[in-house]
Amino acid sequence: MRRVYMDANATTPLLPEVMEAMRPYWMEHYGNASSIHQQGQRARTAVDQAREILAEFFGCHAAEVVFTSGGTEGDNTALFGLLHPGDHLITTSIEHSAVLAAADRLAHDGIETTRIDPQPNGLIDPMDILRAIRPETRLISVMLANNETGVVQPVEEIGRIAAQTGCFFHIDAVQGAGKIPIDVKKIGCHVLTISGHKMYAPKGIGAMFVRKGTPLDPMFVGGSHERRRRAGTENVPAIVALGKAAEIAMHGLESGAMHRVAELRDRLENGILTRIPGTGINGADAHGKVAPRASNTSNIWFDQLEGEALVIALDLKGLAVSGGSACHSGATEPSHVLMAMGLDKARARASLRFSLLKTATEADIDYALEIVPAAVARLRELSPALAGTSPAYAS
Amino acid sequence: MATVTTSIPATSNIQPNGTIAVAMSGGVDSSTVAAMLRAEGHDVIGLTLQLWDQNRLAGKPGVPEGPKTGRCCSLDDVYDARRVAETLDIPYYVVNQQERFEQDVVRPFVNDYLSGRTPIPCSLCNNHLKFDQLLLTARQIGADRIATGHYAVNEYDPARARWILKRPVDLAKDQTWFLFGLTQEQLAHTLFPLGHLNKPAVREIARESGLALADKPDSQEICFIPGGDYKQFIQNYLEEQGKIVPESAGQLVTTAGQPLGRHEGIHNFTIGQRKGLGITSPNPLYVLNIDSASRNVTVGPESELNRPSFTCQRANWISIPSLEGRLRVQARIRHSQSPAPAWIEPTTAPDGSQGVLVTFDEPQRAVTPGHSAVFYQEDEVVGGAWIV
Repeated sequence: MRRVYMDANATTPLLPEVMEAMRPYWMEHYGNASSIHQQGQRARTAVDQAREILAEFFGCHAAEVVFTSGGTEGDNTALFGLLHPGDHLITTSIEHSAVLAAADRLAHDGIETTRIDPQPNGLIDPMDILRAIRPETRLISVMLANNETGVVQPVEEIGRIAAQTGCFFHIDAVQGAGKIPIDVKKIGCHVLTISGHKMYAPKGIGAMFVRKGTPLDPMFVGGSHERRRRAGTENVPAIVALGKAAEIAMHGLESGAMHRVAELRDRLENGILTRIPGTGINGADAHGKVAPRASNTSNIWFDQLEGEALVIALDLKGLAVSGGSACHSGATEPSHVLMAMGLDKARARASLRFSLLKTATEADIDYALEIVPAAVARLRELSPALAGTSPAYAS
Repeated sequence: MATVTTSIPATSNIQPNGTIAVAMSGGVDSSTVAAMLRAEGHDVIGLTLQLWDQNRLAGKPGVPEGPKTGRCCSLDDVYDARRVAETLDIPYYVVNQQERFEQDVVRPFVNDYLSGRTPIPCSLCNNHLKFDQLLLTARQIGADRIATGHYAVNEYDPARARWILKRPVDLAKDQTWFLFGLTQEQLAHTLFPLGHLNKPAVREIARESGLALADKPDSQEICFIPGGDYKQFIQNYLEEQGKIVPESAGQLVTTAGQPLGRHEGIHNFTIGQRKGLGITSPNPLYVLNIDSASRNVTVGPESELNRPSFTCQRANWISIPSLEGRLRVQARIRHSQSPAPAWIEPTTAPDGSQGVLVTFDEPQRAVTPGHSAVFYQEDEVVGGAWIV
């Protein structure tokens, strides 16, 4: 069976060039980047080169790049490393759980959090952030692009508010990186987090921009790696891979590769909306105007069906998409992002995220447009059909 | 390996070679069903219903902190089910039905106890979740039928043009008492592959199929009440809901109405209960009746537990289209009881509602409101109804 993957916001495959770039660093150039000898120097060179690329990717100095294990570590470090008892945190109710759960834990240490709700189109109003600022507010943490809707937040405006009010500013750019250009100076952030596996590098690698002089306590202590911002032997092959992936992403953004993806996304989205009645875009306002979005992401609601069953039905037909967020058992919970945007539980449950790889093809879109309407029709047809409840259980 | 017998009437729209969704709990029985169907070459999908979050009441009195193990819907059981699906190389999904379970099983369970009845959550779950919602989900995702690890036999009888539910080969594992509410539509789309096997044979098939959990112990208790303390559960659940256990303290009385002492709430009692009455007596006393209106709990000697007849309501019929006149059956009023000879006939309650009057040949012990009465002819399930 043909399999089409439209869940790039969950994870991405390695690009062949990324795989090739990292390959020699497993068995040939296996040195520890902290060692004095030639093997060590070879590894150090590779890490330094990757750091230079990431500096260009962020628009910062190489000394401001810290390699991590991924997005969760970066988000956790930003919050745990900057906040102390008595501080106040402002974040949003649509953040990834790596931020929200960290804030929950900080509540035990007497750190209060204000969670700003988005507008119905998924956008955070910077004025809401400004209004939430208190004397003890130390950190504002906002995501660049939302993982579920793709909606891109007005981070530059929020950055100006942070600067004017003297707050530290953290950006979770995990879903934005590679899809939209990043410039930490324009954003005005102190810390910015990215993850490798959302941008065609391996799982288990990520990076942070940490502005020079930012008093960010490390989560891991030990050796003097990463200028004491993150102890632990560098994951050299994965760092090389992340460098290569960032380089390819920058070229892609310059050459308009994401415009091609946006066109495919729009064709998919329009195709679904016109072929299937009772559908709409999550991320649009009351007039149907869609907020700025990452070019690969489309989140669509379907009236009168269970999103969980649709995800399974589509998977069994060869199309991988996602809906809601997986809870500990693997069952699906309604998305907290969509709920925060004001969707009711039924509609949040009946929403699906299509997130395209940058290697997506016209044929992929054709396939999705062939099977999604059929699967939705089957689900809707069956929903009322089994109403014949046993008399022993009729209420 | 035993073959799964699947009789399908010629008029049915079911595809004999269609995809089958197996309800996988992470236990030996349902895992073996998946293995058997896979070995026979069927297209099989594994589905686990996520029904209750075992962490939900964690930390409250009587509930251990942290995830529990070895029980329905625990992470361990989902892990086991997933590992079986991986071993068998079948697609596997966890389906979230927590809201439905709470609404259709947990709340009625709590309300029954608070009203002086003794509920059977497994029957509620079978009808509202396993054979209704799960079947719906299965059909929505492209499966024709579901298969479960219940011990029961399910056959189509062309002569009567009805699906028939029968007791299984292994009578010690017979689960038909919990399945009396199945409709013809549900029976038509359900397979019980274990009905012709006994438990040791099932474990043997599990071993032969390379399933690591072949020796996993059977689960016994109510899946959403780890530890089995239902009174504590009711208190914890109501507390979580921002409610308190309604005041239902009252008198313990004899059949003559003589007060013997006070009790702390009618939900603490079930018909036939002997322990925990809080009174001393030269002869053992049993709960004979629970009256939710007066909150009186009547107690008396074991001999008075026996009832010659009782009424039940909301009947579901399986081997017959409906009950017309008197019918000779074997009636079973609890899972552990052997069916006893009885007559059943339609009856009309004083309020006008239709019911079934059950008259035993020999009076039977502890007829319990909230339980079901299931009627058999030989090994066939005629139907069943709820004891009022």
